[in-house]
Amino acid sequence: MDGVVQLQKQLVDYIASLFHEGFLDEQFNQLQQLQDESNPDFVVEVVSLFFEDSERLLNELAKALEQKTIDFRKVDAHVHQFKGSSSSIGAHRVQKVCIAFRNYCEEQNVEGCLKCLQQVKHEYSLVRNKLETLFQLEKQIIAAGGSLPAT
Amino acid sequence: MERNVFVSRRRIDGFDVSPSDSAEAHVLAVDDSLVDRKFIEKLLKISSFKVTAVDSGRRALQFLGLDEETSSSVGFDGLKVDLIITDYCMPGMTGYELLKKIKESSNFREIPVVIMSSENVIARIDRCLEEGAEDFFVKPVKLSDVKRLKDYMMREVRFGSTNSGGTNKRKLQESCDLTSSEPSISSLSSSSSDSPSRSPISPSSAPSSIPTPLDSPVRRLKMTNAGGLI
Repeated sequence: MDGVVQLQKQLVDYIASLFHEGFLDEQFNQLQQLQDESNPDFVVEVVSLFFEDSERLLNELAKALEQKTIDFRKVDAHVHQFKGSSSSIGAHRVQKVCIAFRNYCEEQNVEGCLKCLQQVKHEYSLVRNKLETLFQLEKQIIAAGGSLPAT
Repeated sequence: MERNVFVSRRRIDGFDVSPSDSAEAHVLAVDDSLVDRKFIEKLLKISSFKVTAVDSGRRALQFLGLDEETSSSVGFDGLKVDLIITDYCMPGMTGYELLKKIKESSNFREIPVVIMSSENVIARIDRCLEEGAEDFFVKPVKLSDVKRLKDYMMREVRFGSTNSGGTNKRKLQESCDLTSSEPSISSLSSSSSDSPSRSPISPSSAPSSIPTPLDSPVRRLKMTNAGGLI
């Protein structure tokens, strides 16, 4: 069972580092606490929805910002959605970029918006990788017969 | 905690719901965000509500049988909705517009409506309250917020004991409220002596619970009308 204990420690440390580096915030804890035996994949399910939703929003944003005349209200609407969903799962850094992004929309600042689009893409892919790693670790623990550390 | 022994699911025009003849209250949740719908649905289910989640104000009205275009007033007999919780910012029909439509309807105006929003704007909150919303939750919604929904419930639900305490408001007495891990006192939800482990708060006083900075600002407003009297 030594391997499991190692993995569990790895997971705990990993999650702690994600919080420490600001990738995740308290809201992610809330999600984990909602998971129970009747719905053991809840967090993975919600986060998967977030991934789907985010890809869609990033596409929409790219399209909207490519237009000759940019409809900033449309851009803002997408960013607002992105901000909402990232906040709901605790993707803290993504949420922060969205806030800055909305400010640029308000100012109708094209350059600022384009910069933020790059930033948000970047932060999103970072947190996505981190979360996928996290879920992998969890899977390994369960496969090895261990249980997930309590949150 | 009470559980349904038998639950059958019916499909009605694409709405997947369970029968409302059980003791659990039925909440209609409205939010255009996929992630948020999943999240609020979970919060509600964990708090022992039955949930129907829809993605727009229009769908919500259809579900209630209020949608003018489908012109069906018979609609969904036996699928009583005890509370509606809706996002504010939605494309098409905002949560505020949905609130108005509900309050304008003679059949449905009694259903309590709670608004959710990621934006903490006082003017917005005031407007919603003035239009008859029971409360306003700032997103991300917390489990403690959802647990408070029981205070606004329409249906009287018995959990092995009748509602004593003489409040006019029909309430759900939920024993799991008392065992929640929330350290703060659940100020409004208990009027009877079902809460020996907490300092009893009588409905006639206007208690302030222990608000955190993250609490919906409406909470303080509602405190003054508090105690479950409507």
